[in-house]
Amino acid sequence: MTMNADLRRERAAATFQPLLLTHILDGGPERTRRRKEIEALVLNDPDFQHEDLNFLSRSQRYEQAIRKSSLMVMKLREYGIADPEEIFWFKSFVHRGRPEPLDLHLGMFLPTLLTQATPEQQDRFFMPAWNLEIIGTYAQTEMGHGTHLRGLETTATYDPATQEFILNSPTVTSIKWWPGGLGKTSNHAIVLAQLYTQGQCKGLHAFIVPIRQLGTHEPLPGITVGDIGPKFGYDEMDNGYLKMDNFRIPRENMLMKYAQVEPDGTYVKPVSDKLTYGTMVFIRSLIVGDSARSLSRACTIAIRYSAVRHQSELKPGEPEPQILDYQTQQYKLFPLLATAYAFHFVGAYIKDTYHRISGDINEGDLSELPELHALTAGLKAFTSWTANAGIEECRMACGGHGYSRCSGIPDIYVTFTPSCTYEGENTVMMLQTARFLVKSYTQVSSGQQVTGMVSYLNDLSRQRIQPQHVAARTVTVRINDPVSLVEAYKARAARLVEAAAKNLQAELNHRKSKEDAWNRTSVDLVRASEAHCHYVVVKLFAAKLSEVSNAAVRAVLTDLCLLYALFGISKNTGDFLQAGILTSAQITQVNQHVKELLAVIRPNAVALVDSFDFHDVHLGSVLGRYDGNVYENMFEWAKKSPLNKTQVHESFHKHLKPMQAKL
Amino acid sequence: MALLETSKYSQGSVLGSVNPDLASERQTASFCVEKLTALLDGGAEQTRIRRAVVEAIQSDPVFSSENQYFQTQNERYEAAVRKAVHLQKKMHEMGWTENGPEYKYIYRALSGDVAFLLHRVFMRSISVLGSDKQIAKWIPLAAQLRLIGSYAQTELGHGTYLQGLETTAIFDIATQEFILNTPKISAMKWWPGDMGRSATHTVVFAQLYIHGKCYGIHPFIVQIRSLQDHSLCPGITAGDIGPKMNFEAIDNGYLMLKNVRIPRENMLSKFCEVRPDGTYVRQGSQKINYFTMTAVRISLISDEVLTPLMKACTIAIRYSVVRRQSKLKPGEQEAKILDYQTQQEKLLPQLAAAYAFHFINNYLQELFDRGYREIQRKNFDMLPELHALSSGFKAVITHHSTAAVEICLRACGGHGYSLLSGLPSLYTKILASCIYEGENTILLLQTARFLIKCFMAASAGQPVPPSVTYLAAVKPGKCPAKNKSDFLSPDIYTEAYQHVAVRLISSTAAKLQDLIQSGAKKYDAWNQCTVQLVQAAKAHCHYITVKNFAETVEKLETKAGIQRIMKHLCDLFALHGIFLNTGAFLHDGYISAAQMDMVTASYLDLLAVIRKDAVPLVDAFDFTDKSLNSALGSYDGQVYQRLYEWAQKSPTNKMNPAYERYLKPLLHNALSKL
Repeated sequence: MTMNADLRRERAAATFQPLLLTHILDGGPERTRRRKEIEALVLNDPDFQHEDLNFLSRSQRYEQAIRKSSLMVMKLREYGIADPEEIFWFKSFVHRGRPEPLDLHLGMFLPTLLTQATPEQQDRFFMPAWNLEIIGTYAQTEMGHGTHLRGLETTATYDPATQEFILNSPTVTSIKWWPGGLGKTSNHAIVLAQLYTQGQCKGLHAFIVPIRQLGTHEPLPGITVGDIGPKFGYDEMDNGYLKMDNFRIPRENMLMKYAQVEPDGTYVKPVSDKLTYGTMVFIRSLIVGDSARSLSRACTIAIRYSAVRHQSELKPGEPEPQILDYQTQQYKLFPLLATAYAFHFVGAYIKDTYHRISGDINEGDLSELPELHALTAGLKAFTSWTANAGIEECRMACGGHGYSRCSGIPDIYVTFTPSCTYEGENTVMMLQTARFLVKSYTQVSSGQQVTGMVSYLNDLSRQRIQPQHVAARTVTVRINDPVSLVEAYKARAARLVEAAAKNLQAELNHRKSKEDAWNRTSVDLVRASEAHCHYVVVKLFAAKLSEVSNAAVRAVLTDLCLLYALFGISKNTGDFLQAGILTSAQITQVNQHVKELLAVIRPNAVALVDSFDFHDVHLGSVLGRYDGNVYENMFEWAKKSPLNKTQVHESFHKHLKPMQAKL
Repeated sequence: MALLETSKYSQGSVLGSVNPDLASERQTASFCVEKLTALLDGGAEQTRIRRAVVEAIQSDPVFSSENQYFQTQNERYEAAVRKAVHLQKKMHEMGWTENGPEYKYIYRALSGDVAFLLHRVFMRSISVLGSDKQIAKWIPLAAQLRLIGSYAQTELGHGTYLQGLETTAIFDIATQEFILNTPKISAMKWWPGDMGRSATHTVVFAQLYIHGKCYGIHPFIVQIRSLQDHSLCPGITAGDIGPKMNFEAIDNGYLMLKNVRIPRENMLSKFCEVRPDGTYVRQGSQKINYFTMTAVRISLISDEVLTPLMKACTIAIRYSVVRRQSKLKPGEQEAKILDYQTQQEKLLPQLAAAYAFHFINNYLQELFDRGYREIQRKNFDMLPELHALSSGFKAVITHHSTAAVEICLRACGGHGYSLLSGLPSLYTKILASCIYEGENTILLLQTARFLIKCFMAASAGQPVPPSVTYLAAVKPGKCPAKNKSDFLSPDIYTEAYQHVAVRLISSTAAKLQDLIQSGAKKYDAWNQCTVQLVQAAKAHCHYITVKNFAETVEKLETKAGIQRIMKHLCDLFALHGIFLNTGAFLHDGYISAAQMDMVTASYLDLLAVIRKDAVPLVDAFDFTDKSLNSALGSYDGQVYQRLYEWAQKSPTNKMNPAYERYLKPLLHNALSKL
């Protein structure tokens, strides 16, 4: 089929080469080439073909996912793909960006064995797990306990007589709940439980627990395990529950690289617990990257569709215009497009920084880790909240058809939205960052200098020499200059961090408990964190511009960067006005400039989403097809719907006909 | 938290006994819950009728929604048809009629999970658009379900903009028939409910052609399926449009027409008629029809928007006093998550919004009733105002409520993501309301058009409709508040909202005029101002909502603590709106930076006040557990027990073929050769 004429025109009118921008997003032309090579390996492989998942039941989707996952593991090894990023690409193409039942085995069970098992334990478990004789999951969250780990209730009591741990789920709230792959797939789990030995609780530790019989896959005696039922999304994932009743495992099944329980029950403390920071930072960096990708996919669909869809009239008597020509539509979509780019660069920055620092970890230099840990907590929350809302806006911008599963956006949304909750609930994450900000502020107040992304707080102490409120400081903001806008965001963050810290102090002066004061300031603290993260994102985006050598690409990225920064101001004018960073007249200019930028970006909109380079199969959207032949393919898609399996639905014979006969 | 022994929870159920964490919340209510329920229902008698209807429906096993989260689209559809058929019988049994007081509660009792909703639209369109003769012919057949109707307006390529529809109806004088066609793929009817599988007839909107001349969009009754065996009629292609985010029970359909001939009498002809010789005649005023479309936008607010919003608040708030997480004070038990300020900040403004929208909905209903009476007396003066209000409020309330339900969903953390929480279904259902009956952005621009017109008229000293008279009284000035308690005065915040609305409307009007004076074409100027126009329309609706809430509170009886708690909610609704839009209020210095800090302080104080009554405030919505259908939100608060019991019923816990087919070979060293 030929390309839709509207999309062809859009692509011809772009002022830059999308491929050059794709290279930047991938990290170089060689990475792009390799990504496409792996993509082709998967997409041309008949083993990975299947019916549209939208028409399958949950059980069928699980079955397809398991089938593909097992093939995937074999083929990855056959092709010798071992680089983590390349594995990630392969997996994304196989599962089209969706979760799969072996995620926890590959992403948590195996890595945890590598980092926390003793050499003896690795001998026993790693190779069987590598060969998938053992399939494991990571069972941490309980029905009544999530982010607050210390509250977990599962117990592992050491019995020196038999040299075993006795595992129990003492309450209904202590049932392990949510772990992926636990419901149906896994035969082992790494279980986090409160360790009791010699009558004392030693806190949370990890245990390798067999849960199903090898061979029959039946649950072992003392184990109750199953699927937690249907969810908003994650249809192919068997998120599970696990209840243990006096279930015994040998002493050697406690992961003992760090903490240990000796045969007589003596507990040996671990050396340091800072190391777990590294894993958390890594996983959060993945979520930031996922925020960028998910939002990019939604933008691709919404912007291509908006170029194909015609509606109403702009000028009397003329044909219906593309809906992308309406200012309100541009105002919905282009700031999100700019956000997607911003988050790509933030994700890349965290990943690079993590790799740089984790090099240091091996040499024992953890000095930068606390800041990165604090920063990634907030950025994880900031980007996932923004992307979550952005995906929904993209769907809304597609009108009624966005609501159909064929648009693909419902699927992106339901798959993405749990990232606001998992790996640390977002509000809790924001408060972690806030804790670091307040700590930094306190350091500055007591005359110390702070470094890194929070170094702007140092300026506050300098101002304090003058008896002026920070709000009275005037920043000369040039609204056409990304660097100047970074300063404006910096001033806003400084103001909100200071305000939150002062409010916290005022509460502390009034109340007995530190926790109470913290709780009563937490709305302010979250705002401060958000402002800090917003500043970091603007700063990283602006910094990226100077790295771009191609002038045409740099120009279009500069437009996006300006739009991102100015739109953020126009959505938070109150912060900038209240702090005296911008005047009302400047705000009016900002609002005006946002609208001018919409018109500037309009001709490049389709090329900018083409640069994300999502294959149609990966995008999974009829509305967002590269060729733009939307309506024909919606009809083809609908004909495959389960309700259309028979010409006359059985309900007619069962209900309608008998009723009509009676009347 | 009820900590249960292993043996106990694996054997007997504790469902029914109220979780002490929830029970304690109810003991401290500052007002009488039953009185508030009666207020929401419009009187104790209404509460009684509603409860009787809900009881009659929910005690009937045919109407059960149990296990619906586990069902496929096909099963959901079948259940909806079964319920629709059974409902006919039930209504007859109970003596309920369409004009009786029970009728409006039936849909609520069924949670909308019933087929043939578009059948009602089909009937209404015939009643409104049909001639007396057509009404006499079709309505009795439809009322007895001898035929099942649908309403086919939207096309694959065309939605809100009706003039763009492409389906054609060509009059053939020789045979006295209309020939209907779908000339291209984008002209296919797409989305109409009940059309995919159920409907035998549908009202098709098509461009009317007589002698080669186009007369615009007209409605035609078209039979699409056989009344004998339900097979498709000749020339008809129809089916289901496939899975959606929700409405699994509804067979939204597509329809393609190929030279389908219908008799001349099937064009609905109350307002326009084609005579046998091909003469086209217009008759009567279409204004009443126009009024009907407007009224539909208001009528959906109650069932499609307020009910899901109130349910979501009920689930999230009850769960937030059962769920404990982390510690607020060292050494104490983990705290109820509703005791965290950040959780209050998420949920309590949504609760306040539910009340605010309930009261504005009452206001709109009254206005429309009055409008209807006027129109029956052939007085159409109120129409432009009603149209503007219905468009703007439909957009603002659906948008705000959709966002609110999503906040509730996410505020329940991981468990909110389970379908068993009930929240995902509430969310995916309510969000469709932002699109149907007019896309929200387009509706807001219609309201804006009205506001700009009224502003110009008011500036020129001409009379304007009552809801916009405030535009004439533009008074500059500053907010007079001196301390944070001043912001608990409705006069202070209502004026602030009014000020912002006037500022946004007047500045946009000025911008439009500037553009036009500097040579821009009118439509170009309009498109360049649409972002601001949308903001202005929202500000107007927000102002009216706050004003109405404050006025309602003033009129409430002071007894039983109702007025006091409603005043708190009104304050919270108003201050939260300022807190979220500080820039709009700071922009011209109406509220100063120092005053804004007072707003924030007052707002945060209110959260702690309303926190104490949060559970009684959702109890007052009076949803049964069956209506909520949520493992997290039940009245007894036995959240974890219920979640566990329901999960075990999931079909995925029956043996899945995946093990034998894929896992077994995998686990039995299919890979060991690697």
